[in-house]
Amino acid sequence: MRLPYPALIALLTALVALMFAASLLIGPAAIGLSDSLGALFRGEGEAVTLVMREVRLPRAILGLFVGGALGLSGAMMQGMLRNPLAEPGLIGTSASAALGAVIAIQTGLAAAFTLALPLAALAGAMVSVALILALAGPRGTTLVLILAGIGISAMAGALTSLVLNLSPNPFAASEIMFWIMGSLADRSMVHVTLALPFMVLGIALALPVARGLDALTLGEDAAASMGVRVGRLRVLLVVSAAALVGGATAVAGAIGFVGLVVPHLLRRAVGARPALLLPASALGGSAMVLAADIAVRLIAPDRDLKLGVLTALVGAPFFLHLILRSRKEVL
Amino acid sequence: MNLLETRDLGVSRGPCPVLHGITLRVAPGEFVGLLGPNGAGKTTFLRAALGLIASSGQSSLASLPQGERARAASFLPQGREIAWPMPVEAVVALGRTAHPSATRATDRAAVERALARMGLEALRHRSATELSGGEQARTLIARALAQEAPLLLADEPTAGLDPAAQIAVMETFADLAAAGGAVIASLHDLGLAARHCTRLILLHRGTLAADGPPRAVLTPDNLARVFGIRARLEDTSDGLVFQPLGRIAP
Repeated sequence: MRLPYPALIALLTALVALMFAASLLIGPAAIGLSDSLGALFRGEGEAVTLVMREVRLPRAILGLFVGGALGLSGAMMQGMLRNPLAEPGLIGTSASAALGAVIAIQTGLAAAFTLALPLAALAGAMVSVALILALAGPRGTTLVLILAGIGISAMAGALTSLVLNLSPNPFAASEIMFWIMGSLADRSMVHVTLALPFMVLGIALALPVARGLDALTLGEDAAASMGVRVGRLRVLLVVSAAALVGGATAVAGAIGFVGLVVPHLLRRAVGARPALLLPASALGGSAMVLAADIAVRLIAPDRDLKLGVLTALVGAPFFLHLILRSRKEVL
Repeated sequence: MNLLETRDLGVSRGPCPVLHGITLRVAPGEFVGLLGPNGAGKTTFLRAALGLIASSGQSSLASLPQGERARAASFLPQGREIAWPMPVEAVVALGRTAHPSATRATDRAAVERALARMGLEALRHRSATELSGGEQARTLIARALAQEAPLLLADEPTAGLDPAAQIAVMETFADLAAAGGAVIASLHDLGLAARHCTRLILLHRGTLAADGPPRAVLTPDNLARVFGIRARLEDTSDGLVFQPLGRIAP
């Protein structure tokens, strides 16, 4: 028997809260429980307060945001395209955000001031949204949207490779490589402030139209005949996903597989209803990224294992397992 | 009061018209069979009448605001698409999307009526994607019924169903019409259409070739001209019986 939906949401919220707390309490600087809480809430102990408030808190908040954004946008894309293999990167936003960041690193802007990199990544994301809306706006079809997304991703990927290819500076090239792998290390509250409006915008655009996603289960004609404005729904979801993914990529780089695997994991638990999957998937994404970010700190504390590498390493075999299981169900 | 009224309805794909000059009225109590060979414009007519595609001329449904239209007519598209393994009950409840301001109790009562009407109570918790084709068709019809619109437009609702399921679908539609609603269903099985529909509309190359009671539409001349077949149509003690006999060389 399936868990009732409110219980599932409560469980996932508890899991996120647990992971968030663990993310605050686990790190290379061995700080006791009472010391860390005292520092976090009351500012006791100068060095410890600095670690807690300036290092671990932004990292944990960003884990919450980035995971939630990836989980939510993944569930949105799968619901909109009616395809369990859709993922947030499909509309080309993450590749374009990465291109923006790479250009910022290559031109030295990123070294000149801290926010140059995330701002350039956001600019890249916005260009991709403008492009995709121009190519597959309210009157475009889902197929045009997918093809436009693939085209934009390929173009951004090619330009990123070009920058790497022509890079005269091996340090910039390796910095680019590491940035693309995705990480939450060494982020500050400034990054949190930067990402916040995009997360809020993404959620505000998506949740009011969620019920339309349910109707879309029966196809676009059926949904339209039930009163859903399909073209408007598509535009709102694309802009929302772009805001979420653009914001997440700008502050954390490319973190793969979360947006693909989390909706998969939770689909059965919500009775496969796309609208109910959105909040569940957002919470699940937060829990997964927070857990992965704790894992990179525990597995190789001194090697700076990248978050995106770990999520892909764990996510890919898990995904294959899911495919194997669904194949058995079909047979 | 007509449930659908079209005047000179037409659709063009590029420069070539795929549907033109369709003028008709559908009143409560009618079960209309929409006939015609592949490519005659049956699906195009249904979609244009609903305002799902751009058209010329007028359709009383297409000119309604989208929310109101969803309460005036429900639509069963041709492809029986159910993208996610949702429980049958939840799929049927999707029909209530058309009633955003209805109370939860009203929604639930409508869903229960639709489930009961299609005999789906025992399947209500089953995953809709795991059902047989006939059960999926019943689920989707129940979804359209839960929308509780007076007019139902169905695109090839009997395709791919076994004989008993086909007859069950036709009887359900006939009941809906008898209860004061109206159904327009595109059909390829002329025998089913002859037996169950109160009226037939024959489309030929995007135009209205014939419109009237089954006997008046399924004439040897119409069958030869539109379908290129000859057939036997007989009033028997079991009602109207239609059997295609062979092709006529063009």
